[in-house]
Amino acid sequence: MTQAQAQKLQVSDEVAIQIEKMNKWYGQFHVLRDIDLTVHRGERIVIAGPSGSGKSTMIRCINRLEEHQSGKIIVDGTELTSDLKNIDKVRSEVGMVFQHFNLFPHLTILENCTLAPIWVRKVPKKEAEETAMYFLEKVKIPEQADKYPGQLSGGQQQRVAIARSLCMRPRIMLFDEPTSALDPEMIKEVLDTMIQLAEEGMTMLCVTHEMGFAQAVANRVIFMADGQIIEQNNPHDFFHNPQSERTKQFLSQILGH
Amino acid sequence: MIGKPSPTAPFVRKHMLPAEVPPARASGAPKWLRENLFSSWANTALTLFGLFILYLLVSHFAPWFLHGVWQADSLAQCRQIIAERWGEGASGACWAVIRARWTQFLFGFYPSQLYWRPVLAFVLMFVAIAPVLFTQLPRKMLWFTLAYPLVAIWLLWGGSIWPVAMIAVGFALGALAYRLLALRSSLLASLAAIAVPLLFWSFLTGPIDSVLTSVVPLAIQPVPSREFGGFLLAIVLGLGGIAMSLPLGIVLALGRQSDMFLIKTFSVMFIEFIRGVPLIALLFVASLLLNYFLPPGTNFDIILRVMILVTLFSAAYIAEVIRGGLAALPRGQYEAADALGLDYWKAQRLIILPQALKISIPGIVSTFIGMFKDTTLVTFVGLFEPLKSIPDTIRADFAWKGVYWEPFVFVGAIFFLFNFGMSRYSMYLERKLKRDYR
Ligand SMILES: Nc1ncnc2c1ncn2[C@@H]1O[C@H](COP(=O)(O)OP(=O)(O)O)[C@@H](O)[C@H]1O
Ligand SMILES: [Mg+2]
Repeated sequence: MTQAQAQKLQVSDEVAIQIEKMNKWYGQFHVLRDIDLTVHRGERIVIAGPSGSGKSTMIRCINRLEEHQSGKIIVDGTELTSDLKNIDKVRSEVGMVFQHFNLFPHLTILENCTLAPIWVRKVPKKEAEETAMYFLEKVKIPEQADKYPGQLSGGQQQRVAIARSLCMRPRIMLFDEPTSALDPEMIKEVLDTMIQLAEEGMTMLCVTHEMGFAQAVANRVIFMADGQIIEQNNPHDFFHNPQSERTKQFLSQILGH
Repeated sequence: MIGKPSPTAPFVRKHMLPAEVPPARASGAPKWLRENLFSSWANTALTLFGLFILYLLVSHFAPWFLHGVWQADSLAQCRQIIAERWGEGASGACWAVIRARWTQFLFGFYPSQLYWRPVLAFVLMFVAIAPVLFTQLPRKMLWFTLAYPLVAIWLLWGGSIWPVAMIAVGFALGALAYRLLALRSSLLASLAAIAVPLLFWSFLTGPIDSVLTSVVPLAIQPVPSREFGGFLLAIVLGLGGIAMSLPLGIVLALGRQSDMFLIKTFSVMFIEFIRGVPLIALLFVASLLLNYFLPPGTNFDIILRVMILVTLFSAAYIAEVIRGGLAALPRGQYEAADALGLDYWKAQRLIILPQALKISIPGIVSTFIGMFKDTTLVTFVGLFEPLKSIPDTIRADFAWKGVYWEPFVFVGAIFFLFNFGMSRYSMYLERKLKRDYR
């Protein structure tokens, strides 16, 4: 990637996430190798790659759901070390949406959304509920507020999960295959919500196989294989002019030709 | 949208059929009998065999129950009445012993002019546990639940009110210390919440007590632990054990899952040790060994000692039951809590435990039921539990020498009532929580 291209991809000069020479092992297994990645504020990054290539592990390192063993991860100026204060700080700035939603089944939709603001941010209950309703409206399900997650469809649950994260007013959102567990007719409603979020300038890192989404909203696509970043480029060049053999192979599989 | 059917399609339905009611089949009693009792030859044989056993049982015991005598002064008189009424050699229950001695089954040797105190404590018990059992009740009632143990202790053991009040003050000081320090550091606050009451109780309680007692001598007649007995004792031990073993069991279950080596090892060792040792052995420890370890002259109440051991015992089982509940939760619940920035204790309290405890309800209630029944084992350390000790003392009276079955049936029935109540409640709770979820 040339300097000029890199310049074009930048959305803002401010760095949101800085990963330097990051390595991670599961026991003897070297999952992530020398990951270098700089994410600027406002960037929408799609991470693609074959299953088992370490995509989930990488974004889970960013909010310390997984611990890295060497290298540096700096989120919003805070370096992730074993210091619990830093971890808490980073987690309150970074929202995460999971493949299986992970809503809390014993709480109503509204309670799911207000729990963390009330207990972590110490927001008064009333205010937390107003914020929750604001975001539930944004993901277009305010009428479900008093139901339990088990009463909602998969697509609705995932939209609640997005709203739940947004209620913490994060500056960065991580998505780990947010549509992979959904029936086809529900994928669109979740993607629409994410596109809306992207348009508002949220910094997003999104592991997904939805290449249409990547082309529509990403300003950078990262391809990972065997725990390494193999290639990164803007969506147009990534899809039409892939550089490495692995990328070409992957694209031909996933795009079905 | 429904377009025109293609001309080549052999059949296209134009209108949706309305839903139909299920076909009327044979219903009512005959159907139930056929399906449940006589569905096959083997089933029929088993049914007949079951009926035969039932017949044996009823034909044996029914006369004994029906011939029961309620009015008599001694076993001999009972037998005489039965022989007169039903003929020589007829069997019959001598319920008169229950009628004559029921207060002993309920209160042991508690002074009879003070029975109102345990009765009042028992009634208040329902007021105290009601808001715990039924969440529909106003949450303010929980304040009484918190105060209830002290109220009950004072009512049951009597004496000056000030030592009991000092216990409450100690807890209040601990809570205050926690409030004040919680903003600084939660670890410091937790330590203070433990240290402040302990220091208060060991150094300040004595002097304050004596001053208050001399100024306002507010006391009721004291009753020593040795006079407690019967169901009063069983309920005190059972309820105390239940109230203390649930939190302890939760802590042990979390400890066993902890990443911290020392905490994990201690929890595992504690749980495995307690589960590996018979309860009776622990009770002997409570009655004998503790005396060796305690400084001479300390008067460590026997009921309190036994209660502590019973608590430790059932806490180990509760911990294992809850561990099962914790293991059943998907990892995603922990991850979502982490990702939202909840710390360990908040995640446990708000997300993990409510779900894990719900899964564990049947096991927890079974443990409680088992523990309540096991309180009868305190007969081995000389306490007057209702199943053996009380009947033994009653039989020591010449008039009732030889009465065996009636006390067992009576005490068994009361235990059954309590335990069946607990079991029903747990089923209610399971149903309610399931309904809440979807
Ligand atoms: N907790 C774990 N312990 C051991 N190996 C793991 C663990 N989690 C993931 N792995 C392994 O690490 C590799 C990368 O996993 P993951 O990041 O989930 O891949 P992806 O999300 O790209 O499919 C896989 O080979 C997976 O088997
Ligand atoms: Mg993955």
